[in-house]
Amino acid sequence: MGMEGIGARVARKEDKRFITGGGRYTDDMVLPGMKHAVFVRSPHAHADIKGIDVAEAKDMPGVVDVLTGRQLKADGVGNLICGWMIHSKDGSPMKMGAWSPLAVDRVRYVGDAVAIVVADTKGQARDAAEKVVVEYDEKDAVIVAAEALKPGAPQLHPEAENNLIFDWELGDAKATDEALAKAAHITKMHIVNNRLVPNAMEPRAALAHYDKAEDHTTCWTTSQNPHVARLVMSAFYNIAPENKLRVIAPDVGGGFGSKIFIYPEEVVCCWASKKTGVPVKWVADRTESFLTDAHGRDHVSEVQMAFDADNRIIGLKVDTIANFGAYMSLFSSSVPTYLYATLLSGQYAIPAIHANVRAVYTNTSPVDAYRGAGRPEATYLVERTMETAARELGVSPAELRRKNFVTQFPHQTPVIMCYDAGDYAASLDAAMQAADYAGFPARREEAKRRGKLRGIGMSNYIEACGIAPSAAVGSLGAGVGLWESAEVRVNAVGTIEVLTGSHSHGQGHETTFAQLVNQRFGVPIDSVSIVHGDTDKVQMGMGTYGSRSGAVGMSAIVKALDKVEAKAKKIAAHLMEADESDIVIENGELKVAGTDKSVPWFQLALAAYTAHNLPAGMEPGLKETAFYDPSNFTFPAGCYICEVEVDPDTGVTEIIQFVAADDFGNIINPMIVEGQVHGGIAQGIGQSMLEGAHYDAGSGQLITASYMDYCMPRADDLPSFQVSHQNTPCPGNPLGIKGCGEAGAIGSPPAVINAITDAIGNNDLLMPATPERVWAAIHVAKH
Amino acid sequence: MYAVNYHRASSVADAAKRGGGDAKYLSGGMTLLPAMKTRLAAPSDLVDLSRLEELRGVRISGRTVTIGAATTHYEVSTDAGLKSAFPLLCRFASLIGDPAVRYKGTIGGSIANNDPAADYPAALVALGATVVTDKREIAAEDFFTGLFETALDDGEIVTAVRFDIPEKAGWEKFRNPASRYAIVGVFVAKKGDGVRVAVTGAGDDGVFRSKEIEAALAKGLDQKALDGISVPSDGLMGDIHASPEYRANLIAVMAKRAVAQAAG
Amino acid sequence: MSDVVMTVNGRKVAASVEDRTLLVHFLRENLNLTGTHVGCDTSQCGACVVHVDGKAVKSCTMLAAQASGSTIVTIEGLAEGAELHPVQAAFREHHGLQCGFCTPGMIMAATDMIRRHPEGLDEKTVRHELEGNICRCTGYHNIVKAILAASKAMAAGGEAKAA
Repeated sequence: MGMEGIGARVARKEDKRFITGGGRYTDDMVLPGMKHAVFVRSPHAHADIKGIDVAEAKDMPGVVDVLTGRQLKADGVGNLICGWMIHSKDGSPMKMGAWSPLAVDRVRYVGDAVAIVVADTKGQARDAAEKVVVEYDEKDAVIVAAEALKPGAPQLHPEAENNLIFDWELGDAKATDEALAKAAHITKMHIVNNRLVPNAMEPRAALAHYDKAEDHTTCWTTSQNPHVARLVMSAFYNIAPENKLRVIAPDVGGGFGSKIFIYPEEVVCCWASKKTGVPVKWVADRTESFLTDAHGRDHVSEVQMAFDADNRIIGLKVDTIANFGAYMSLFSSSVPTYLYATLLSGQYAIPAIHANVRAVYTNTSPVDAYRGAGRPEATYLVERTMETAARELGVSPAELRRKNFVTQFPHQTPVIMCYDAGDYAASLDAAMQAADYAGFPARREEAKRRGKLRGIGMSNYIEACGIAPSAAVGSLGAGVGLWESAEVRVNAVGTIEVLTGSHSHGQGHETTFAQLVNQRFGVPIDSVSIVHGDTDKVQMGMGTYGSRSGAVGMSAIVKALDKVEAKAKKIAAHLMEADESDIVIENGELKVAGTDKSVPWFQLALAAYTAHNLPAGMEPGLKETAFYDPSNFTFPAGCYICEVEVDPDTGVTEIIQFVAADDFGNIINPMIVEGQVHGGIAQGIGQSMLEGAHYDAGSGQLITASYMDYCMPRADDLPSFQVSHQNTPCPGNPLGIKGCGEAGAIGSPPAVINAITDAIGNNDLLMPATPERVWAAIHVAKH
Repeated sequence: MYAVNYHRASSVADAAKRGGGDAKYLSGGMTLLPAMKTRLAAPSDLVDLSRLEELRGVRISGRTVTIGAATTHYEVSTDAGLKSAFPLLCRFASLIGDPAVRYKGTIGGSIANNDPAADYPAALVALGATVVTDKREIAAEDFFTGLFETALDDGEIVTAVRFDIPEKAGWEKFRNPASRYAIVGVFVAKKGDGVRVAVTGAGDDGVFRSKEIEAALAKGLDQKALDGISVPSDGLMGDIHASPEYRANLIAVMAKRAVAQAAG
Repeated sequence: MSDVVMTVNGRKVAASVEDRTLLVHFLRENLNLTGTHVGCDTSQCGACVVHVDGKAVKSCTMLAAQASGSTIVTIEGLAEGAELHPVQAAFREHHGLQCGFCTPGMIMAATDMIRRHPEGLDEKTVRHELEGNICRCTGYHNIVKAILAASKAMAAGGEAKAA
């Protein structure tokens, strides 16, 4: 490992600007003549729009224009789409209801956009927005997915009878039922995965500028994947052809999935800029983010896990209802299907699995991928059930898991996935040792003497990242390919620019990607620039989500570096009159192996561009492009252990220790990987103890629409984390990377709930396990 | 925020001239400004009291403490005189909001706003404090009249809070995990005339004295006197964070801990 | 409209602003100091923390008019020339930031916290004192580490200067 190469704990290059106030986020952008937009939003969860009167609003001071959905439709702006086709088990395609970027006849959730006001200042736009008169005819609303399926429930979309979007299955129903029939023991669970609001600290924003002279639109926006935004806005929303639309995602203040999707606001801002002739900026306030950012999770499942007399799992049957909210967000359909049911085998050898998933419309904010996306739901289900089974069977939770681990690779599960590499026992052992699992009974006794209830719980997660061969996901319904592209430009004096389709919004690509270049060419990372987030600079890309930037994005860079290296070696061989196969790259020089002949990197680059002395027929320059399409998913896995202490008088739970033992394959920068794990665990602890979107069932109002009611994890809610790695390299990509961005959020919730339920002696506990819920559960357990 | 006219008062008398009607007094602004930002409050004018030196500072004379209305939570929490005479109040103030809020938020602003989850109302009621205004003096118990309601007349200005240091006192707060305001806060104070127990965060009508706990402690600050005590949940608030029953439980638990602290 | 005059990062500035203008918007829009961020509407997230007359306050909960006459330091003015402030350096060294959005407020709050605790800090105190600053990326683990390290470094630096 070099000082700056793969495996080095290099401080981040990008930090310099962030710690000095020099970051450039969308809201920091200012254009001459720029105006400010405020959206008029529905205060009702479900209502017909009888009329919109904008006359008074248009006369307010500073107002440029007030635009409505009818005008948007008249201009041919398309409906928002879901880009992953799922077919129900009867073969019918999913039932996608129309989602106009500005509602025309009907609003379906509180926050649904109805009109846009453009004015000189944001204050004026807000003043005017209050003067837009919308006549609503209120209808009954339905919030809970299971309720929405019942006869007589309010109907959201004519396309989706009984609010059912699809009724999908995976696995072998017959084999699973047979396993249940012959089981020695069946553990049954009712599992609720609570709805979360992503809450990237930077609220979503868009700044659109239509240049009339060039008939060209530029949109700065808070996106994890600007190329996908351009593609979708061009192909489906009729904003502009791709060559007339530039999407720039500058510094982005966190995403966690919520900034993958193309939302109504950026579409409407682009259209409004063209309509008004002025640059239009919109920045969400926090309550707007709560209402309109795609939410996460919201599953309810019935589970049956069957064991034989030797405590081996012989079957798993799952019936899940997934709440999709009022509209199908861009990748919503993939989350409770191929990102969820395919992981239900966990780390275990299970011969028969069957999952049935019903996706349902309700009068709530749309739901889509949020850190982990489907995999946290699967992990929570499997790991809560395993822990419960161990309690029911009277065996050690660790040993029940160990007995059922997959130990031979590759391992084909009954639910599509083929695990390529892993060592689950290694993570389990490491975590148990780090947590001093053996010493827990003594600690529990000691706590008891202090009047505290102490508990310990574990979670052995597996997830799938680096999604995935384009042909495979295409056959499963994906509307896009899931490759990545990269371009490596060696400049004439040897500095290097790497253009990547991955997008960094906290992940540190500007550092880790440069470390890869350092590893390969020996040039200092300060002479390597990573260029991303601009469709005019980077040819194409699929963006950052699903922990794919290392496994897929960096693999594309490797391919481009391979091509650069091959050409550089040809030039070096020519310059030094050596055989190409004898050229090696060391310490920033190209050398003839076994001799003292060498050409410094910068000189080689200069030679490529002066082109005075190149091999016959060679094109000048040193710049290569590559596309990388993965050959399989990658499978990060690990073991998390949580130890808690509960105050029985108040129900307050304190996390005493949290141990993470992960297998991420090879690691580029351990410091950054640990940071990803810390953040993921915090979100997982948030889900399990603090966070939950709460709607008023009658009115459909989001009660948790600000930080006054939605509990964000604070520093004093969390402990410091003990993080370690037991890595098995991924055989499927050139760097052996599995991905680390989501593991923390995937693996931690069941560990926390297993620990709390262990402490209080009551297994019936909902997330978030708030003090009141824990107190009530203790109260029930006592009586 | 709606348009508003800002005035920086040059004196209490100047402020009084500008106050009243749709105008509001601005002190630390830690509650008023967020309410204005979300357009839940829409005063025509803001009269800024925060720079009036005559409203600032902690004065201790014998056992009597007088705190100027524009004294910040940070100033109370770090006041040298108070630290030696009545350290509990310093700790109390150091647990209001977060550090940035404590630099700006003031005792006068807190009580004039009378948020049902604010901390100071409990302290003042338990201490039997007197609220001093530019016109009169009002006993704390008469001052807090309901949710966000006080005995202040239109345009009347809180200038100071005065109380005698109790023999013993304790304060325990159970915070809303999201907002960090009190779900239940219990202030216990023992003076010559008995024990007073004031509860914030829980009551449907704001701060109140707990009859049950005061009765149990009538013979003195003894934690054991509260064993098995049950506080009725009638009249307690319920929301997504805490039901009335849970709040009732927390009142008993927090009271016990406050008594232990006071006795310790 | 209010005429406001203040010293920001050592420079005297004057402007006429709407009375309802918040300090954070004055800094961002009038002075183009966009390092100070807005992350919530309820004065809780702390992305907007700046120093007003030497104290860390939330610039989203203060009118520009209220700050008239004050001395303001923002994240852009914290470093002395090219040399990073010890808290900035510690955040980088200990990976106390990821997306960078909460970072300016965190650093301004941390600087104030360290100043208020010349006796030194422990993990529990740091976590408690970060109540008014929300980070969604780091799980706070490395932020806490960075603040503890900066506190130590500044104490050592202070001793070195005194000696």
